[in-house]
Amino acid sequence: MSVELSPMILAIFLPLFGAIAAFIAPRAAWSIGLATLAATTGAVIWLARDVWAKGAVMLPLGGWGAPLGIDLRADGLSVAMLALTSAVGFLVSIAALDSLKDAARQRQYFWPLWLLLLTGMNGVYLSTDLFNLYVMIEVIALAAVGLTVLNGTRDALRAGLEYMYASILGALLFLMGVGFVYLHLGRLDFAGLAGAEVSGSLIAAMALMFVGLALKIALFPLHFWLPAAHANATAPASALLSGLVVKAALYIVLRLAQYMPFPSETLLTLVGLMGAGAVIWGGIQALRAERLKLLVAWSTVAQIGLIFVAFARAGEMGLTESWKAAALLILAHGVAKAAMFLAAGRIKDEIGHDVIRDLDRAPIRPTLAQFTFALAAISLIGLPPSLGFIGKWSLMEGAMAAGYWHWVAVTMAGTLLSVAYFSRVLTAFLRFDRVRAPVGEHQGWALADAAPLTLALAAIGLGLMAAPLLSFIEIGYPFGVAQ
Amino acid sequence: MTPDLIYGLCGVAVFGIGLVGALCAQDRLRRVLALKLCSVGAGFLLVVGAWRTPPATPDPVPHALVITGIVVMVSATAVALALIRRLQSLEADDER
Repeated sequence: MSVELSPMILAIFLPLFGAIAAFIAPRAAWSIGLATLAATTGAVIWLARDVWAKGAVMLPLGGWGAPLGIDLRADGLSVAMLALTSAVGFLVSIAALDSLKDAARQRQYFWPLWLLLLTGMNGVYLSTDLFNLYVMIEVIALAAVGLTVLNGTRDALRAGLEYMYASILGALLFLMGVGFVYLHLGRLDFAGLAGAEVSGSLIAAMALMFVGLALKIALFPLHFWLPAAHANATAPASALLSGLVVKAALYIVLRLAQYMPFPSETLLTLVGLMGAGAVIWGGIQALRAERLKLLVAWSTVAQIGLIFVAFARAGEMGLTESWKAAALLILAHGVAKAAMFLAAGRIKDEIGHDVIRDLDRAPIRPTLAQFTFALAAISLIGLPPSLGFIGKWSLMEGAMAAGYWHWVAVTMAGTLLSVAYFSRVLTAFLRFDRVRAPVGEHQGWALADAAPLTLALAAIGLGLMAAPLLSFIEIGYPFGVAQ
Repeated sequence: MTPDLIYGLCGVAVFGIGLVGALCAQDRLRRVLALKLCSVGAGFLLVVGAWRTPPATPDPVPHALVITGIVVMVSATAVALALIRRLQSLEADDER
């Protein structure tokens, strides 16, 4: 049989080979990295065109086919996640070129780790069986811990180690769940799961997998590792970790809900409650945070919670629609949070610290980075016409239609909290002339602001394209099998 | 009590001991070891699940899962140990 070149294979193997090449040739790492990213983005565009034209595409690797072999499958949702990863990843990489230019050692290791991360994430979005997913989230975890500790400070190392512990434990729980599913059903591919009947052992297996994933997503109350890890990493790494890495495990939860029979309404409510806890607790901690990057990291905890609230918004019956609200929020958060972390990194670079209380006393005013931060905040708070607004809107619309007013209340409370904590930062940007220091040569307009600004503008602008985006993620009927 | 049930409960117990250690231990190295114990428990459980009464051969797929799990765990342990070493040398510098 002939070897057919598929964009799905390219999307997984290009970054893998790129990572190896970038590791072997550290001096050329950045050029290898950018070339690989460009090529991978090309493959994703190719795949998107295929999916747009033909619907979901499937590829049995080596011609074996499930349940014995490994299938790759791409539908609208996977392509949307792939596109998010490539686009955000590309812009973060451009920002990294600038922000790591004085740190030779960090620059040397950033590219191989980031490309390895990309391999794992693209693998997750194209996998169709549980075990493949397990392997891919492990690839992601190892690369992500490497990125967390990239700057080598004590705080980053401590946070990275904590992240590693959480990640290993999460992976083991997931592996146990996968094993139980196999022992119970005798197969691990999604198609095999779809027909399974709900039973005690299957629910136990799902619960194990969910707890494992929740550890990796940092869903409240298992979020303990996230704030320190994301706040202490170097700026481009934070943007990748917060914008992209947690999304991979979130995506797996969406997929599992799609293919596995959902056990019960009670469990879904529990998931929603965990999300509500994250929204409130993350908001309160963000209000208390003293450092800018820590505030942004806590807001990630809150936003992740919101995605789970969206997931549970209309109960079991509404799941066929709710996943769309969750998917929109995932995309919106990915773009906006990457922009925000990059902007926060720029502000820290220019001013020299990121203590929120003292931001308004700095003689330097990185205006463009502050503007970017504000734009990203607009999307994260959920003001129109941003993508965040569309996500929150569809969350609340669905909750109201189903009569689940408590989820509307949680969303409202979360929105108010996010207005409050982002206002703390925005007022510090305005400075009210407390310091009449000369704002001299340095207005903080730098080429490095281009990438975060593009991301922030995209987070706002994508809201205007929400309708075509929604119809795209529905290609391949991701939730057609569930009910 | 059939043998596979005894072995299975044993695996659960080992996993549980590891879990308690991973969550409660203070020492960094101890926590890595506890996580290793968790992985042994999980692997044990899957291997036991693959067991069939003798004339029948055991199911090879869970074995493959366990082998992959072991490989993943080895690299994860290596990363964790490298981080611990680096942290320790940094902290030793602080004390000097």
